[in-house]
Amino acid sequence: MPTLDKDKVVKSICTATGQVFSTMMTLEVVPEASYEEANSTDNVDGVVAMIGLAGSWVGGGVIHCDARLARKLYTHMLMMEGEAESDTVNADVLDAVAEIANMIIGNVKNDVEEDVGMIGMGIPSVVFGKNFATRSSGTNWIVVPFICEDAHLWVKFCLTPPASYAGGPEILGREFARVRRLYPA
Amino acid sequence: MLDVLIVDDSAAIRKILQRVLRQADLPLGQVYEAGDGVEALRALGSQHVDLVFADINMPNMDGLQLLGRIKDAEEWKHVPVIMVTTEGNESKVMAAANLGAAGYVRKPFSAEQFRQTLEGILP
Repeated sequence: MPTLDKDKVVKSICTATGQVFSTMMTLEVVPEASYEEANSTDNVDGVVAMIGLAGSWVGGGVIHCDARLARKLYTHMLMMEGEAESDTVNADVLDAVAEIANMIIGNVKNDVEEDVGMIGMGIPSVVFGKNFATRSSGTNWIVVPFICEDAHLWVKFCLTPPASYAGGPEILGREFARVRRLYPA
Repeated sequence: MLDVLIVDDSAAIRKILQRVLRQADLPLGQVYEAGDGVEALRALGSQHVDLVFADINMPNMDGLQLLGRIKDAEEWKHVPVIMVTTEGNESKVMAAANLGAAGYVRKPFSAEQFRQTLEGILP
């Protein structure tokens, strides 16, 4: 069974995030120490963009930042730095954050596909609010925090083998044998 | 003049591509936008288009399906289609090439990378 190299994922997240920020927004990001996080978060504020991954392995990717950084990313991405910054997180800002998530998570996905096989990527969903929690089933998330100017951005990624790798056929085989014992042909 | 259709579910990327195209010193005519493959086919049916830029991962009809539909249609098959996408999976790149994509630009892209790709495609 292939395995997921967590150090490689962290390195890939750092490379992809750095490239997306420098190429598309002319902004610099500085990564901080990565860590693992349980499958639910404490209550948070800000903008969260999520993308599901499914295929040879399943999981997802998330980016999270506060509202002020989300607006800054939008103005830099659309090259509107000289213009008045929007004071609201509107649909355009959410769309830009979704696309940033799409590019970062998509490039990490491209890297890990070398190890775990082909993975399809869903369409991003974006949430903006205050005092909300996120939860996903399954494995822990690999989290890389970044500093962008004076704000924080978190990039999170998780990927786990499908049930067929996690004992699925063995469990089915045992159940089949048990049923055959109870109800012999 | 080149009439261009940009197909991407992200309005931000559509705006960025418009800006990059206007800075690329092309004889740019009309620029049309579509949010997915279905909207793109509608635009192709009602407007004159010389060049298409299409994302791959989109709702309703993805970029590869759109590319196939364009290359299957007698009236559109001569129109060059450039894929602009995060998708780097070799099978998707090969699928795009086999379906007749004229070029493939990976996101994130710089204006310079974009211009170089266009130079290799446009006469």
